[in-house]
Amino acid sequence: MNTLQATRLVAAREIKVKLRDKTFLYSTLIFLLLAVVATVAPAMLNSGPSTVAVTAAGAEPLRAAGLDVMLVADDGAAEQAVRDGDADAAVVTGPVVVADERAPDDVVTALSAAPQVELLDPDAVDPLVAYLVPFAFAFVFFFMSQTFGMQIAQSVTEEKQTRIVEILVAAVPARALLAGKILAAGALALGQIALIAATALIGMRLTGGGDLLGLIAPAVGWFVPYFLCGFLLLAAMWAAAGALVNRQEDIAGASMPVQLAVMAPFFAVVFLNDNAGAMRILSYLPFSSPTAMPVRLFTGDAAAWEPIVSLALLLLTAAGFLLAGARIYEGSLLRTNGRTSVRAAWRQREPIG
Amino acid sequence: MTSVLRLDGVDRSFGDRQVLKDVSFDVTAGRMTGFVGGNGAGKTTTMRIILGVLAPDAGQVTWRGRPLAREARARFGYMPEERGLYPKMTPREQVVHLGRLYGLDAAGARRRTDALLERVGLGERADDLLETLSLGNQQRAQIAAALVHDPEVLILDEPFSGLDPLAVDMVVAVLRERAAAGAPVLFSSHQLDVVERLCDDLVLIAAGTIRAAGAREELRSAYTRPRFSLVVDGDAGWLRDQPGVRLVDLDGARAVFDLDPPADDQSVLRAALARGPVRAFGPVTPSLAEIFREVNQ
Repeated sequence: MNTLQATRLVAAREIKVKLRDKTFLYSTLIFLLLAVVATVAPAMLNSGPSTVAVTAAGAEPLRAAGLDVMLVADDGAAEQAVRDGDADAAVVTGPVVVADERAPDDVVTALSAAPQVELLDPDAVDPLVAYLVPFAFAFVFFFMSQTFGMQIAQSVTEEKQTRIVEILVAAVPARALLAGKILAAGALALGQIALIAATALIGMRLTGGGDLLGLIAPAVGWFVPYFLCGFLLLAAMWAAAGALVNRQEDIAGASMPVQLAVMAPFFAVVFLNDNAGAMRILSYLPFSSPTAMPVRLFTGDAAAWEPIVSLALLLLTAAGFLLAGARIYEGSLLRTNGRTSVRAAWRQREPIG
Repeated sequence: MTSVLRLDGVDRSFGDRQVLKDVSFDVTAGRMTGFVGGNGAGKTTTMRIILGVLAPDAGQVTWRGRPLAREARARFGYMPEERGLYPKMTPREQVVHLGRLYGLDAAGARRRTDALLERVGLGERADDLLETLSLGNQQRAQIAAALVHDPEVLILDEPFSGLDPLAVDMVVAVLRERAAAGAPVLFSSHQLDVVERLCDDLVLIAAGTIRAAGAREELRSAYTRPRFSLVVDGDAGWLRDQPGVRLVDLDGARAVFDLDPPADDQSVLRAALARGPVRAFGPVTPSLAEIFREVNQ
């Protein structure tokens, strides 16, 4: 049994158990429902073109605008059709648009002459989208690294708490246990993101919202490697935090530094996303770069070389944290009396690796 | 016999507290070795060092004459004192999983698991989640987990604690099978009567040092003092005045006494017969508990 085979077995077990976990299944289901609702609901609420009551003389421009035209004998009948609720609006001589409570935009537009529009900066992102997309990136990273990081910590602590870890480390290198857990959590996180993203994309395609996809695709392409490296960095910390304690109840306390490392960059990106200077710094700092750099790429602020440098920086940091996390993990795995200090775990030198 | 697990001069400290001092003993193939010691004497630390889970500060563990490496340890079966398996998995799943971690292929692990769960009497509950099983049944699953890869050496920390008498018999039978098949079996226990009934060899540890080690009968005779028990009709109080006799216990007609040389037991017997009928007379062999108490002083 080499480390690689052992890692695969450990990861397979983690995934198998998680896929049976009802909480995990239900939360995934709820995310999928949210994705469907968020993409399909706006189209469902938009009830289609208005029905317009009009005499044959005025019908042509309305028909050309794709409105549902209802031919009536005269202006009086047209107004009556609106009163009766048979039509959303009526167009009477003038032309005058008659409606119940609100002016129907599509009818007004059909009868108006649009002025010529000339955009000076046609690539500029819609300000609402420009605000929402960074938030979505930051939120996905924040939420996933928190949820699946906690899963790693819980799985580590469970093995310590039930003492099965003693059998496990006698059978396989501790490193294989750690690698298997991180691998499984990463695969589950990516799988869940992919499933939700696919659902949202199908929803957008069905309802004709596909243009946003083309807009965010390049930033999404960078988001994946950033997500993976950032996840690795945090996963190592979560595993170490889980190994320091003996009971599930104590994880919250031991993982405070990790939670801070997840939360601080999240809020920094959310609150500072329109401050170019701050975002430049955040997009290089290893903990915030997984969210800040894709945002800068999305808004077009970053030069082509910038994500490469920042990603390399993140990868190096992740590697360093992984080594440190593995050492703490191995050093505290068999200390079953009370909480282990990072210092004690660091100094432990058992041959369980 | 050449297949010997040997500990040689093993030291181990935690911080500035030394828990093992120069621990040396052998566990011989085909024999059950009982490892006896009080709480905190160093049993679990010793076993963890054998399993390679802890490192010794000094000394070494050898198996068949060679220092123990991870590959050889993968052929060890281990049952830690503090039991534990995954609560959210069934016995069958976890025994298969552990079998695969020990290097069995999927089919082999499943085959061994089915046979073992049947053997330990868990066949019907094999597909229930572990957390729904009684403690006794969880223990049975634990035994199966330690045996799934058909280990060459068995190291069991308190294998009988928490077991009902039927389960103890089952475990004893399984361990005997292993020993008969040529595996060295090292087990610790607080239940000295079980150890006494079961083991071929004994290792006694106290405060981190080995106080006695060897075949059970040899140890017993080594610790046998010239102690006798006597049952007569009437009162045995006259023994007090007998030369060389030191009374240990006197209860009317029953007495237990030690003899200081050069006094000999036959002259005491003759003296007793001269006073009336003797109902019982004989040497007292020390129980393991008594030896244990003595080495702990």
